[in-house]
Amino acid sequence: MNTSLYCHPHSTVNFMLVPRLRYSIIMAAARKPMRLKELEGYLQDVEVFENPKVKLEQYPTTPHIAACMLHTITSTYDDLVDKTVADLGVGCGVLSVGASMLGSGYVLGIDIDEDALATCSANLDEFEMTNIDLLECDVKSLASSEVVNRLHGKFDTVIMNPPFGTKHNQGIDMVFLQAGLKLSTNSVYSLHKTSTREHILKKASDWGVDVTVIAQLRYDLANTLKFHKKKAVDIEVDFYRFSHKR
Amino acid sequence: MKLLTHNMLTSNIIKGVSNGFPLGIVANKVEVKDVDFNQSFVLKTLSKVDWNALRQAATQVGHGDGLPEELGEDLKENDDVLKKIHNAMLQVEVVEGELVCPETGRKFPISNGIPNMLLLEHELQ
Ligand SMILES: C[S@@+](CC[C@H](N)C(=O)[O-])C[C@H]1O[C@@H](n2cnc3c(N)ncnc32)[C@H](O)[C@@H]1O
Repeated sequence: MNTSLYCHPHSTVNFMLVPRLRYSIIMAAARKPMRLKELEGYLQDVEVFENPKVKLEQYPTTPHIAACMLHTITSTYDDLVDKTVADLGVGCGVLSVGASMLGSGYVLGIDIDEDALATCSANLDEFEMTNIDLLECDVKSLASSEVVNRLHGKFDTVIMNPPFGTKHNQGIDMVFLQAGLKLSTNSVYSLHKTSTREHILKKASDWGVDVTVIAQLRYDLANTLKFHKKKAVDIEVDFYRFSHKR
Repeated sequence: MKLLTHNMLTSNIIKGVSNGFPLGIVANKVEVKDVDFNQSFVLKTLSKVDWNALRQAATQVGHGDGLPEELGEDLKENDDVLKKIHNAMLQVEVVEGELVCPETGRKFPISNGIPNMLLLEHELQ
């Protein structure tokens, strides 16, 4: 898989082999921040979509990108340790598992697809993650301004790799973002296509939230999801932090 | 489904339902999972919880013993009570069962610990 992320000066695209040790034993031994490489090593053991559904844009965040994102979220912004976190479009759970490993107090993973949630649940068992809960629900229903949902304002941090939207559901990533901003009291971390950057920066300013493009990365979509039978196409993706003004 | 999660769910996504909270719980299988106790996290999280609903839910699923009726000011000094609250909020999980809308009786299945809150098109607001 061809991915690279320029968010961390020490990150490289080489995978390091980390022996499969029980994570809980390690955490019991030392509760200090986990190194980036170590995190990435664990995340390689997260099972991915068995039969990805193209319509739902079920391609996983690669272990490398997930580790870089989460490592930045905790080391630069301190938005994971002892925080309540929601993961929108949790899929098979790579972001949630990583967030929990880095010290989140409680994580709620939300997805519309029960097959993805079943794989995710198996991953949580395998990793012995007990502070992650899952919910089958349409994220669109959480973005509405008319209905005050009880989930609104209950999370410190929202993390997500949303569907980017296709011909049929253009703008779904913005709906995810709206839901994320409603659920969180502090910040939302998300990925969006670089080609839509201008639009997103404008939306963020319309909504009155602060926004930072943390990194630009290449995401080999065609390889993660058998989209087109043609050759692999990297797409450029931005890693964002949105935060409510204080 | 942890009871903290239950505390954040409502059925007001259904057309015609105004409040939809708290959802009734039918628990056919309940488990208690080990979660590290973290005093300050419990206190912080508790500030966003509807305590009555949490206590009621814990009682419904058989884990309400020792939970105070009201949260006093001296909670910080009382680790025993905080650990019981931690247990009810984060360790007790409904694995199989149902959530029930208090206004329409609409049932939401919980299977393998995951509540299904998906609605049909005609039920949407
Ligand atoms: C790009 S994948 C990311 C999966 C996972 N978070 C990861 O990082 O590997 C997007 C996920 O969003 C889910 N999804 C798509 N539309 C959704 C919706 N309307 N509500 C909730 N989840 C949705 C898909 O099932 C899929 O798991």
